[in-house]
Amino acid sequence: MSGRMGTTEGSEGAFIEVDGVEKVFDVRRRKGLLRRERHQVRAVDSISFTVARGEMVGYIGPNGAGKSTTIKMLTGILTPSGGRLRVAGIDPSRERTRLAHRIGVVFGQRTTLWWDLPLIDSYKLMHRMYRIPDARYRENLARLVELLDLGDLLEVPVRQLSLGQRMRGDIAAALLHDPEVLYLDEPTIGLDVVSKTRVREFLRQVNAERATTVLLTTHDLQDIEQVCSRVMVIDHGRLVYDGALAGLHEVGEGERTLVVDLEREFPPVEVPAPARVVRVDGPRQWVAFPASEPAAGLVTRIAERYPLVDLSVREPDIEAVIAQMYAERAGRAPTQSS
Amino acid sequence: MGSARLYLAVAARGFRRYASYRAATAAGVFTNTVFGLILVYTYLALWDERPDLGGYDQAQAVTYVWLGQCLFAALALQGGGVETELMERIRTGEIAVDLYRPADLQLWWLAGDLGRAAFQLLGRGVVPFLVGGLFFPTALPTRFDTWVWFAVALLLAALVSFGIRYLVALSVFWLLDGTGVSQVMMILGVFFSGMVLPLNVFPGGFGEVARALPWAAQLQVPADVLMGETAVAGAFAFQAMWAVLLLVAGRLVQSAATRRVVVQGG
Repeated sequence: MSGRMGTTEGSEGAFIEVDGVEKVFDVRRRKGLLRRERHQVRAVDSISFTVARGEMVGYIGPNGAGKSTTIKMLTGILTPSGGRLRVAGIDPSRERTRLAHRIGVVFGQRTTLWWDLPLIDSYKLMHRMYRIPDARYRENLARLVELLDLGDLLEVPVRQLSLGQRMRGDIAAALLHDPEVLYLDEPTIGLDVVSKTRVREFLRQVNAERATTVLLTTHDLQDIEQVCSRVMVIDHGRLVYDGALAGLHEVGEGERTLVVDLEREFPPVEVPAPARVVRVDGPRQWVAFPASEPAAGLVTRIAERYPLVDLSVREPDIEAVIAQMYAERAGRAPTQSS
Repeated sequence: MGSARLYLAVAARGFRRYASYRAATAAGVFTNTVFGLILVYTYLALWDERPDLGGYDQAQAVTYVWLGQCLFAALALQGGGVETELMERIRTGEIAVDLYRPADLQLWWLAGDLGRAAFQLLGRGVVPFLVGGLFFPTALPTRFDTWVWFAVALLLAALVSFGIRYLVALSVFWLLDGTGVSQVMMILGVFFSGMVLPLNVFPGGFGEVARALPWAAQLQVPADVLMGETAVAGAFAFQAMWAVLLLVAGRLVQSAATRRVVVQGG
């Protein structure tokens, strides 16, 4: 494991415990007329982590990395091939229905609502399905309708809702029964900027008010930046990073950029390696340096030798960092076959 | 009980949902009435030549026709109940959403299908039946308890019908597409439920087999209960046996299917 292990608690405080969990799929491929070749695909390969109650964790990785498989095991609809898994002390695949009362699931690309019924009818079914006490149901519905601005949509059949409206409707549906943990799979996919911001704000609020544990898979790194305090990166079924978002820069060996405005045009400023000037445009110069190093030394050095007017430091694009991380692993790891 | 309320709510939703398709309902009523007329005149011609065919007199043959048109949609004799939606959900992987819920998959779909059947019995069945009763000589019972037995037979028929269609729908977990099985189910359903001709008229071994298959529990048996052509207890036993067998088979297949939820498009 190349990542630095982040702030994971001991198992006493853990709400989600994943210990050496694997999932192996048998895939059969046709070879010739009758012959079929069987081989195994390791979708999740010995993953371990714990999530404390009330944590908001981002779970990212390229397509096919094993994110959805992990979520499916955590909800109990897939049984792990090996390892130990507990959510709120429950073994998900053994007691899927019991666990279902305590979790909420939101899929960006699928809906849990009934498309030909008004939104409110779906909520009424949830009320019965999760056996939510009447008073609690009314209270939660009122709160969610207000926070997610669903008031005008309740009587509208779901098929007539826009994507953003439907998404908000789906999130409300997942929270009516006060789940202790909320799994979100690409909750902002296809949404416009305003809707995205709204969903993220709402998630932060729910977490603050109810201490709902949130596990979020996404391709949109802004989701992670704005919602999650911790991020886990999975690739080829393995956890390659688990820790604070900030630490990802260092692990990814990303570079930060110091942008300096000098009094007038200069040739590229002299800086000690590995820092280097990457661009010059009139009096403005861009100096790249390792993200793990503080900028202060570099700033002092330039200020001593050149007439410095202004400066700013740009953080590396997190997306670039992760892309680099994936690429590095792909180059290093030999293609697995079993 | 909490879960009874849930499944009642699901059934009510099934009822409302089909009730919202008004144009489809009107078109269905029209079709069933026209088909009834065609069949009635065909049967009348047949029974003119062969009176007492299959043990029915002319009035009974006419009653049988209208009963078939009345139950055609409600019992989804050629498919077209909730299984269409279920197959689509399995094919697209949406079924995963259903599995996250604290509800039993089979009971959930059964409740929805019974709600649908209740609507289609009222919305699509009553009018053709009234047309038949008003314009043709029919053989309807005068005793109240016969109608009660008939209602029980209908409920059992609805369970058998669902049992067959649920199994067909679950096959999509393996087949990945339901078009083929749906067509087979449609042909078998229309013929062996007795929609073409009452199963009573088929002679010999073929007739025996046809009358022993589960489809016979859907139209033939309720018709005979209504017209007093069979012993009620035996009829119920036959229907209940098939209902239990099919529903248990459905549960077994369901647990095998959900175990192999590799879920398309994960």
